[in-house]
Amino acid sequence: MAGCDPWATAAETARAVAAGETTALAVVEAALGRIEARNPALNAFTAVTRERALASARAVDAARAQGSPPGPLTGVPFAVKNLFDVAGLPTLAGSRINRERGPAPADATLIERLEAAGAVLTGALNMGEYAYDFTGENVHDGPSRNPHDTAHMTGGSSGGSGGAVAGGLVPISLGSDTNGSIRVPSSFCGLFGLKPTYGRLSRARTFPFVASLDHVGPLARSVRDLALAYDVMQGHDPEDPVCSERPVEPALPGLDRGAAGLRIAVAGGYFQRHATAEALDAVSRIAEALGVTQEIEVPEAARARSAAYVITSAEAGDLHLGRLRTRAADFDPAVRDRLIAGALLPAALVVRAHKFRRWYRTEVLKLFESVDAILAPATPFPAPRIGQTTMTLGGAEVPLRPSIGIFTQPISFIGLPVVVVPVPLAPLPIGVQVIAAPWREDVALRIALALELAGAAVAPRPPD
Amino acid sequence: MQADENAEDNTALDTYVVAAARTLGLSVEPAWKPAVRANLEVNLRHAAAVGEIELPDEVEPAPVFGA
Repeated sequence: MAGCDPWATAAETARAVAAGETTALAVVEAALGRIEARNPALNAFTAVTRERALASARAVDAARAQGSPPGPLTGVPFAVKNLFDVAGLPTLAGSRINRERGPAPADATLIERLEAAGAVLTGALNMGEYAYDFTGENVHDGPSRNPHDTAHMTGGSSGGSGGAVAGGLVPISLGSDTNGSIRVPSSFCGLFGLKPTYGRLSRARTFPFVASLDHVGPLARSVRDLALAYDVMQGHDPEDPVCSERPVEPALPGLDRGAAGLRIAVAGGYFQRHATAEALDAVSRIAEALGVTQEIEVPEAARARSAAYVITSAEAGDLHLGRLRTRAADFDPAVRDRLIAGALLPAALVVRAHKFRRWYRTEVLKLFESVDAILAPATPFPAPRIGQTTMTLGGAEVPLRPSIGIFTQPISFIGLPVVVVPVPLAPLPIGVQVIAAPWREDVALRIALALELAGAAVAPRPPD
Repeated sequence: MQADENAEDNTALDTYVVAAARTLGLSVEPAWKPAVRANLEVNLRHAAAVGEIELPDEVEPAPVFGA
């Protein structure tokens, strides 16, 4: 039955439930069964909202029985990174300290919007502590494990969001992305992931990391699912002070228009110098599938990554200053030491990084006068092994953790929308960023669907 | 000569970590200090890279604020 197949898309499940071929309850019970069976190996979920999910599923079925029109995600199970508020649960944000918080009084806005479309929340997902992470490892909850090889990282910080979807537990998850935390797990786990334009989707009732860089968005195994979730989550929210007042701009109506006529280029220079053969191979395959031969230079990308690094450290150091004063020993030691260092940064250097950000934005936006989208690797390499601390890049051994985000940071730094498309290399997949101009998620999603339909971008099924 | 300057820089950064942390009300335990200091050095290297580019005085900082 479509809805109970672990690899069914959200679109297929919603159609089957709406058509009465199955029930939301059957779909959700099947998802809960998969979570119970597979989560011990994947460590994706930190909380399973079983009773709530069953009650929601029954409510979806009751509404259908009464003739209410089904929502576009009716009966579709989903889960959220544990920095989203879930009513009744403490919002962990991957930390030990937050376990002492009281239960959240209400759901995050995006959970409300997905549920209004008929989706059913099944739980909260593992993540790196306070989102200051690219690996998916967590000293308190243990590492998220990559479904394609559980000895390997999921990537982070939205590690459970990657593992839960790639492992077939749920078809859609939500993550957050400050410097790459949706795009990195999408790359390492072989998923489609959308980091929308900064300010597009509401962050209300999510635990912050770096206010001026934080984004939220979905991960899925198909582009249509990504667009379905994205469309129902759009819209202004006065509870997020940076959420745009732009009208909803749905991506689904134009999704099938294909990539023909779009001007697309491959990012050269910085985005090629620091990539492994696998990352370059993935970009080549995607470029070839699109018939792209043009190369373009993103100006000052290395400096943009540096500035993102500085702003991240400083804003995160400020966010946690109180906890660092009183609870320093309760942090993951590696996170604590980065946060303290960030708090000690002189203010002039941070302001300078924000000024550079303005200049860089202006320069990069000029590129979009001649192209509609830019292709770049999502990560410099496929998923490393859990616990690995160094990596060889360009012949030199470099610290692994900060190197994971070198291609994502210069893009989120100025809030550009990105869809990561998975390239099913063996033994592990790797992602490519499809980067569009601000507010043109529709362009990136169109290109992603064209790649999926051409078979160039595929979310591979992990081994049984 | 170079070695002396490096030693002086190292001492200055050690002193800065202790003084800045104290000013902020943070207690950095001796066991944490090498890692805090190493992270700060990485931050300062990135900040120096950002500082190398000449920007016009009129460039506004870019954090988003809605009044």
